[in-house]
Amino acid sequence: MRDPSTPRQQEVLLATPSELRDRIRQLGKPAARADDPRLAQVHAILSELGAQPGPLLPVLHAVQDAFGCIPPELVGPIAEGLNLSRAEVHGVITYYHHFRSEPAGRHVLEVCRAESCQAMGSEALWHEACAGLGLPAGGGTTVDGALTLEPVYCLGLCAQSPAAMLDGHPHARLDTGRMSSLVARSVEAA
Amino acid sequence: MNRIRVFVPRDSAALAVGADEVAARIAALAPAEVEIVRNGSRGMLWLEPLVEVETPLGRVAYGPVAPGDVPSLIEAGFLQGDEHPLLVGITDRLPWLKSQERLTFARVGITDPLSLADYEAHGGLAGWRQAQSLPPAAIVQQVLDSGLRGRGGAAFPAGIKWQTVAAAQAPQKYVVCNADEGDSGTYADRMLMEGDPFLLIEGMAIAGLATGATRGYVYVRSEYPHAIATLREAVASARGAGLLGPHFELEVRKAAGSYVCGEETAMLESLEGRRGIVRAKPPLPALQGLFGQPTVINNVLTFAAVPTVLAKGPLAYRDFGMGRSRGTLPFQLAGNVRRGGLVEKAFGVTLRELMFDYGGGTASGRPLKAAQVGGPLGAYLPESQWDLPLDYEAYAAVGAVVGHGGIVMHDDRADMARLARYAMEFCAIESCGKCTPCRIGSTRGVEVVDRIAAADPQLRPQQVKLLRDLCDTMLHGSLCAMGGMTPYPVLSALNHYPEDFGIAAPGRAAA
Ligand SMILES: Cc1cc2nc3c(=O)[nH]c(=O)nc-3n(C[C@H](O)[C@H](O)[C@H](O)COP(=O)(O)O)c2cc1C
Ligand code: SF4
Ligand code: FES
Repeated sequence: MRDPSTPRQQEVLLATPSELRDRIRQLGKPAARADDPRLAQVHAILSELGAQPGPLLPVLHAVQDAFGCIPPELVGPIAEGLNLSRAEVHGVITYYHHFRSEPAGRHVLEVCRAESCQAMGSEALWHEACAGLGLPAGGGTTVDGALTLEPVYCLGLCAQSPAAMLDGHPHARLDTGRMSSLVARSVEAA
Repeated sequence: MNRIRVFVPRDSAALAVGADEVAARIAALAPAEVEIVRNGSRGMLWLEPLVEVETPLGRVAYGPVAPGDVPSLIEAGFLQGDEHPLLVGITDRLPWLKSQERLTFARVGITDPLSLADYEAHGGLAGWRQAQSLPPAAIVQQVLDSGLRGRGGAAFPAGIKWQTVAAAQAPQKYVVCNADEGDSGTYADRMLMEGDPFLLIEGMAIAGLATGATRGYVYVRSEYPHAIATLREAVASARGAGLLGPHFELEVRKAAGSYVCGEETAMLESLEGRRGIVRAKPPLPALQGLFGQPTVINNVLTFAAVPTVLAKGPLAYRDFGMGRSRGTLPFQLAGNVRRGGLVEKAFGVTLRELMFDYGGGTASGRPLKAAQVGGPLGAYLPESQWDLPLDYEAYAAVGAVVGHGGIVMHDDRADMARLARYAMEFCAIESCGKCTPCRIGSTRGVEVVDRIAAADPQLRPQQVKLLRDLCDTMLHGSLCAMGGMTPYPVLSALNHYPEDFGIAAPGRAAA
């Protein structure tokens, strides 16, 4: 027998127009399954960082630090946890160069292509690196997933241009030799 | 035996050329009484890793030290300051450093950045103590009297901004530090946050006292992981020491790789958790800023100048500089430069002095062709302008900007048309998209520069005119300086280096 105290009405189908719109919007959107272990982590992040003013960027950084990217199927739970629409969260993720929706390679090499590094030959280094890794001129991830090569616009190492950052570690005064040893090191270590 | 102190910088610029390995090598090979201090950088970046040893004569410097040099250094007696091919000299007596006017960078490279005791022993917290003894209005008055103008680019008087926030009535006010430092060729904010983070914290805490703001944020670019880590550690110790606390809470926020988020209202949007789209002004952020509340927004170097103003007195600060540009600016030599690094000088120094006397000319040894001053939105200056005094008004008079003091040098192989194209391309990549001249104009700009390069010389003048018209539209029709100043590098390249665009110089054409 049903517990009479449970208000039966609330379980039923009647949705408000805005809920309906939301449900329609969710159709075809990637969603994490309820038993996805990543959800617990997202909830932990939300309860740690979600209550501060303007929490979205800190939350997105924490999610990307945890999973290497912000998986599209976690956008819904993040939006819900922060009382934002999925579109708002999606808009923020795609606006900022730092956030990625797909995982990077096992290593990330960011090569500076801004003016100071250009003055010291970074464009040649960049194109050599792309060619050496079989990547298009805009960079990307190698087919074996070992390395992601990305442009960056200044690392604050401009007195020692050209500069790059490998997995968060700065490298400067690069030349063809030092650059290929950086690439070789990460491709081998992958 | 006495302890021997050896200094190996922890600044990113030193780490980027192997300072950690050098420190590890010294730790492994030196006798046990050697203590290794990880200091900030002295700013002589061509000598990094610069290793210093404390001797009775003062600190003796060696550099650039590779890990493989450590055994020979030890053998030569560097721990006593003895001769070695890498010996540079007694650091404080090096002309490159001695001739500078280091007010803001007085401690950077000298102290352990995370030691509050070191900070105080070298004059830290004096400004904060002075501020605590003054009514808020008197603090603001000192900042006004010092003539300090914002160091982030626009050079707006800091005291006036503070006064506006102080006068505003609101339940909550904020202090926000702009540490987005997106300009190529600039690294002074980074060096300060990594090399003397307490100074920034002290400056912001003083801003809190002066304006009645009790919460602060430092918005640091994500490309600076070491600065973020150092600042966060420093904030934790400052809380322990009472500099921060319920009277003023400070949080370090990591940005996410968008250049335009260095524009102050885009930064506020980003801090609030939205896309970094520029807001129209008014309302001024000083009245309706972060979360709609009155907000002081200043650059790292602006806040970092304030403790000196209070400790030494506004008039002592004001004594440096010229015209309406008072105090000092930490200039940053970058690009194709032989001795690149940070040179803090009073306003009024010339580009030629900085690039040749300090910088030693180009790294390539080839003739210097152009210098871009003030970041990607700054003009390219040809040799005829290298003797102008670095002063906000003198630069504005020739269509250039001092900006954040970054100087990017290019040798005679630079193709100025390509650099102009890059300026437009950068604007296209980084535009927030709010206004058409910037969003569409920058993409059109790239196309026009390409067409100039490809065009039949007969058609070129017409394309050049198109580029000028486009720049005019961007200059006058953009909401912020992103679109409004991208024409600076483009037009200066076109005006001073027309041959790179395949057109004769106007003077020659007329002849
Ligand atoms: C596109 C753009 C980027 C900017 N980037 C920075 C920056 O990285 N750091 C900074 O301090 N100011 C930057 N500014 C200037 C800020 O809008 C603002 O003037 C400054 O933070 C105010 O501080 P100040 O008065 O201490 O200079 C930028 C402006 C524009 C238009
Ligand atoms: S000028 Fe560009 S960056 Fe500035 S508000 Fe307009 S579109 Fe945005
Ligand atoms: S421009 Fe490359 S590090 Fe600054």
